[in-house]
Amino acid sequence: MAAIKINHEKCTLCKLCIDACPFGAIEIRDEKLFINENCNLCGICVKTCPEGALSKEESVVSFADISSYKGIWFFAENRDDKLCPVAFEMLNAALQLKRDIGEDVAGILIGNNVKKFASELTARGADKVYVIEDSMLEHFQEETYASAMAQLIVKHKPNIVISAATMIGRAFIPAVAAKIRTGLTADCTDIGIDPETKLLVQTRPTFGGNLMAKIICRNHRPQMATIRPKMFEESSDVNNGQPDIIIEEFDKSSLLNNIAILKKERMQNTVVIQEAEVIVSGGRGVNDPKNFEMIRELADLLGGAVGASRAAVDSGWIPYPHQVGQTGRTVKPKIYIACGISGSIQHLAGMQTSDYIIAINKDPDAPIFRVANLGIVGDIFEVIPVLIKKIKEARKC
Amino acid sequence: MEIVVCIKQVPDAFEVKIDPETKRIIREGVDSIINPYDNYAIEEAIRLKERFGGTVTAISMGPPQAERALRDAMAMGVDEAILLSDMAFAGSDTLATSYTLSDGIKKLGKFDVIVCGRETFDGSTGQVGPEIAHHLNISYITYVSKIHNISDGVMECSRLMEDHYEELKACLPVLITVVKEINQPRIPSLKGMLKAKKAQINTWKSENLEGDISCYGQDGSPTRVVDVWTEQMKKDGRVIEGETEKVTDVLFDELKKLGIV
Repeated sequence: MAAIKINHEKCTLCKLCIDACPFGAIEIRDEKLFINENCNLCGICVKTCPEGALSKEESVVSFADISSYKGIWFFAENRDDKLCPVAFEMLNAALQLKRDIGEDVAGILIGNNVKKFASELTARGADKVYVIEDSMLEHFQEETYASAMAQLIVKHKPNIVISAATMIGRAFIPAVAAKIRTGLTADCTDIGIDPETKLLVQTRPTFGGNLMAKIICRNHRPQMATIRPKMFEESSDVNNGQPDIIIEEFDKSSLLNNIAILKKERMQNTVVIQEAEVIVSGGRGVNDPKNFEMIRELADLLGGAVGASRAAVDSGWIPYPHQVGQTGRTVKPKIYIACGISGSIQHLAGMQTSDYIIAINKDPDAPIFRVANLGIVGDIFEVIPVLIKKIKEARKC
Repeated sequence: MEIVVCIKQVPDAFEVKIDPETKRIIREGVDSIINPYDNYAIEEAIRLKERFGGTVTAISMGPPQAERALRDAMAMGVDEAILLSDMAFAGSDTLATSYTLSDGIKKLGKFDVIVCGRETFDGSTGQVGPEIAHHLNISYITYVSKIHNISDGVMECSRLMEDHYEELKACLPVLITVVKEINQPRIPSLKGMLKAKKAQINTWKSENLEGDISCYGQDGSPTRVVDVWTEQMKKDGRVIEGETEKVTDVLFDELKKLGIV
């Protein structure tokens, strides 16, 4: 069993490790350092200890031959008979990994009548495309999609498999990883290759967005990750010559087939804030659903979409699809204007990679100002109406 | 009907603060709570019992103090509670966590519906529910927003996807992950709280489970955290204060420079 070992002779009880432990797992009992049940074996204490009194013992786990796993795969998500923009973001992420490990990049198309998308992927840099088409795959379902993906992985043994952390990706990729018995890192904000080990290094926010973590999957293949949308640009045209398209039959033998879709209904006025170039967001400071009209007016004037903090959504002032943050949407617009949003860690996690951030808030100490390019200390009910007036006047001239 | 709800105890994330000097998490005074998303799962499990009969068992994996989260669930109306707690479970990633929880659920015996929150507030992976379904070899549906009916071993429900709703039917047993649109979790009654206080919570260790011990804890976890840090806030930004007219002028000029007015 893996464990943190304490060398009590070296330990000076300086308590640095106690402060460093994010899980509160280290304490002093009977004037000795003690690791309690909260320990998550993250190893931060080992690095913190100036005396080298802490060490991590890992048990040796046997594993399958991993060197036969080759290739960088990405799931090419398609919906409503179109490839999603995230498919090209994943393609680009895969191409960046290719530069470091030189393995082929392959797109995975799952659905009914999706082969036609293969050439779009190869035209933008994919070396190969694997296609599984079946009428059972017409609509997304966790089980059928996970089976199709797992079937391809078992047969072709890729080294790395990535998917966008969209609702679909996050719904079925975990079942794929469990079927293959490999590791999966959720919702990464960045991925790269470690120059020495050539392992996939996966970066993600954790602990409610308070900490960033680097995660690897050493002894299992493929190395799998879902990646937050908008973290990579879409890949551009490269024209990779003749597309190499591999078509596989869908193996239905292990399907439980217990679920049927009875009806699909498009949401009315779907808000796709992720696509907007300008977002004007309101938070707790907006104070009332009626006041969101002011936010909406500013957004309309700037040709943008309306966003909101979790506090505003939880108060019922504006529906969930507008929510930006850890538990809402991740956005990366050209301009993000935060109005009356204090900037909780969980909100920042969803917007801090925006190109230009403007914050308007009464409280000069609000954390939102720490990520803002331009911070305005002021009352949104004074600043925004004046701003709206100015914009309207400027437009009249 | 046997209903199982999987829950996790998490730090109250709203209160987590970073020491600006040391860049470390300030733990003092940070309370532990039921993962907020799991409250919807608990509520829905209890409502299923109220509508269709049966019992609700809550199961959690965590340190001994996670018992409190299970008591809170019992105060809401959960009948039984199981805590999986053992040093052997430490360092579990989502694969090992889901494996361990599924072993606990297998030990319970019969189950018809397993309810999970859509993700936890601290890890935010959303992976454990789907992976439990795999280990139990049952079907699962993510993002369930309403359960219309359960009869003759078939559940009818709606779920929420990015741009559409779906109505589905599923043969039991099934695992669902629920979104917060599904219900409004109840506040525990005084009677419920008193009952929960006295209730027996069973703790199972690795030797009480029948799974492969090498699949528990860090040994059973393919992923490793190799580095953790607090993100440096950017930015060379400027913050201005002053009269509304003046600051709005600055703002307006900036928007002009950015080319959107």
